[in-house]
Amino acid sequence: MKDLRIARGVVYFFLVLLVIICFIPFYMMIVNATRSNSEILRGFSLMPSDALVANYETLTNYINIWLGFRNSLFIAISVTVLNAYFSALTAFALAVYQFKGKNGIFVVFIVLMMVPGQLGLIGLYDLSATFGILDTYWPLIIPAIAAPFTVFFFRQYLITSMPMSILESGRMDGAGEAYMFHRLVLPILSPAIATMGIFTFIGSWNNFLFPLVIIRSPRLYTLPIMIRQLQGSPVAQNLGAIYLGIAISVVPIMVAFIFLSKYIISSISAGAVKG
Amino acid sequence: MTKDNRAYLFIAPFVIVFLSFNIYPILLTFYYSVTNYSGMGGLENADFIGLDNYRRLIQDDFFFQAFFNTIRIWGLNFGVQIAIALGLALLFTDLRLKLKGLNWFRALFFLPNIITIASVALLFSILLDWNYGSLNQMLLSLNIIDRPINWLNNPTYAQSWAALIGAWMWFGNTFIILMAGISGIPKDFYEAAFIDGANWWQTFTKITLPQLKPILLYVFITSIIGGLQIFDLPMLLTDGRGAPRGSLNTMVLYLYNQGFSFANFGYSAAIAYGLFLITIVFSAITFKTMYRGQVKVKKGGKK
Repeated sequence: MKDLRIARGVVYFFLVLLVIICFIPFYMMIVNATRSNSEILRGFSLMPSDALVANYETLTNYINIWLGFRNSLFIAISVTVLNAYFSALTAFALAVYQFKGKNGIFVVFIVLMMVPGQLGLIGLYDLSATFGILDTYWPLIIPAIAAPFTVFFFRQYLITSMPMSILESGRMDGAGEAYMFHRLVLPILSPAIATMGIFTFIGSWNNFLFPLVIIRSPRLYTLPIMIRQLQGSPVAQNLGAIYLGIAISVVPIMVAFIFLSKYIISSISAGAVKG
Repeated sequence: MTKDNRAYLFIAPFVIVFLSFNIYPILLTFYYSVTNYSGMGGLENADFIGLDNYRRLIQDDFFFQAFFNTIRIWGLNFGVQIAIALGLALLFTDLRLKLKGLNWFRALFFLPNIITIASVALLFSILLDWNYGSLNQMLLSLNIIDRPINWLNNPTYAQSWAALIGAWMWFGNTFIILMAGISGIPKDFYEAAFIDGANWWQTFTKITLPQLKPILLYVFITSIIGGLQIFDLPMLLTDGRGAPRGSLNTMVLYLYNQGFSFANFGYSAAIAYGLFLITIVFSAITFKTMYRGQVKVKKGGKK
C-alpha cells in the first residue's frame, strides 16, 4: 500500500512538471508582454514589469490588431454558420429522400475527404482572380457551404437519432418540407451542429495559408496574417510589443477554451472511437 | 425513404459550390501542372509542356530535401508525441494507481492544440533567438550553458525544435484519443490476464496494444496526413524560405514559394500533385502494414 502511495506521488510530480513545461512558453509570453525592450534584452525574469501600456502603444501605432481580430471573427462566424446550415440541409436531403445519383455523391465524398486542401490552392487562387474576388473574403467563406466531412457527420447523426415518423406526422399536418427542416430537423441536429461548429470555428480562426494567398489589403488582414506582418517589422525592434501582439492573439482563445474544454474533449473522444 | 424532387433543391447549394470551389480548382491545378504558367498574365500566355514539370520534380534536389525535411520533422514529432500520450494514457487508465484530476490534466495538455500556429511559431522564433531569447537567457542564468546556443541557425536544432513544438501542440490530442481507445477495451480481458498471472508487460503487449490497433492506426494516419502538410510553423519560425540552410523547407512551404514567391504556378501545381501522391502512398502503406496477417479487424475499437 505504501509503495502505491509513493508511486502515485512520483506520477503526480511528473504530471505537474509536464504541465509546467507546457505552460512555460505561454507564461514567458505574458510576462515579456509587460516588460520593456531593454528589460528583455538585459535578461530573463519570471516577474511581470510595468511596460504593458507602452508596449500596447508601440504595437497599435504600427498595426491595428483589433481590426485583425474583427476580421478573423467575421470570417470564422460566417464560415461556421454557412457550414452548419448548408451541411445540415444537404445531410437532411441525403438522409430522408431517395433520388438519382445519391450513391454517386456519397462515393465522391468519401474519396474527397482524403484530398489535402493544398491540392486546389493554385486553382482556387486563379479561379478567384478570374471572378475578380481576389483580395475579398468570398474565396475564404463560400467554400464552407460544401464541407463533405460535416455533411457526412450530420447524415450519420440524423440516421441514428431522427425517427422518420416525425416527418410523416409533420406532412400529415400539412407542414412543408422546408418548414420541417427548419422547425424539426435543425433542433434535432443541434448537438451535432455544436460539435462540428467548434472545430469549424477553430479551423477557420487558425487558417493561415489561404488568407495568406488570397488577401492583399492590410485592412482585410486576418489575425494570423497580422501576426506574420509583425515578423521583421519596425515593431520587432521592441520585443515587448511583439510579445504583446502574440499574447493578444492567443489569450482570448485560451479564455474561450476554459468554457468549452469539456465539450471539445468529449467530441474528440467520440470522433476517434467512431472513426 | 421518400421520393421527392425537392431533394435536388436542398442539395443544390452544396453541389454547385462543391463543383466550383472544390473540384474545379483541383482539376485546374492539374491543368496548370502540365503548363509553364507563371501565375500572371492569364493562361493564354502559357504553353502546354506535357509532363516536363513532373520530370523536373523527380530530379529536383530541393524537392527531395523538402520531402526528407518534412518526414524528419514529422517522424521526431510523432515519436515524442505518441510516447508521451501513450505513457499518460496508460497511467490514467491504470486500475491500481487510480489517478485523480483526469479532466484537468486532459484540458491543460490539450490547450496548445487550439492556439493559432502562426502565433505559436512567431512566439518560439523570439523565445529561441540566440541573443535575446528567453530560453538562452534562462539556460545561461541557471548555468546550464555558458554560451548562447544559436538554436535557429543550426539545421539539426531547428528541425528538432519544429518537431518538438509540433509534439507539444499535438500530444494532448493524441492522449485524449488513446484514453478513449483504452477505456473501450473490455475489463474482463484484464481480469482474465490477472487470474492467469500475466505481468504488466505481457498485459500491455498481448491485450492493450492489439486491442488499440485500430485507434493507433487512426492516430497514425491523421498524424501523417497532417504532418506531410506542415507549413505555418516552418514558415514563421525562420525566414519563410526554409532557413537555416534549407532545413525547414517543407513540401508545402516549397509549393507556396514556387507558386507565390517565384511565380512558377505550373511547377507549384506539379508539387501539389506530387504531395497528393505521396499522401496516398503513405496512407496505403500504413493500412497494409498495420493490417498484415490479421484476418479480421474489429472496426473502430468499439466494445
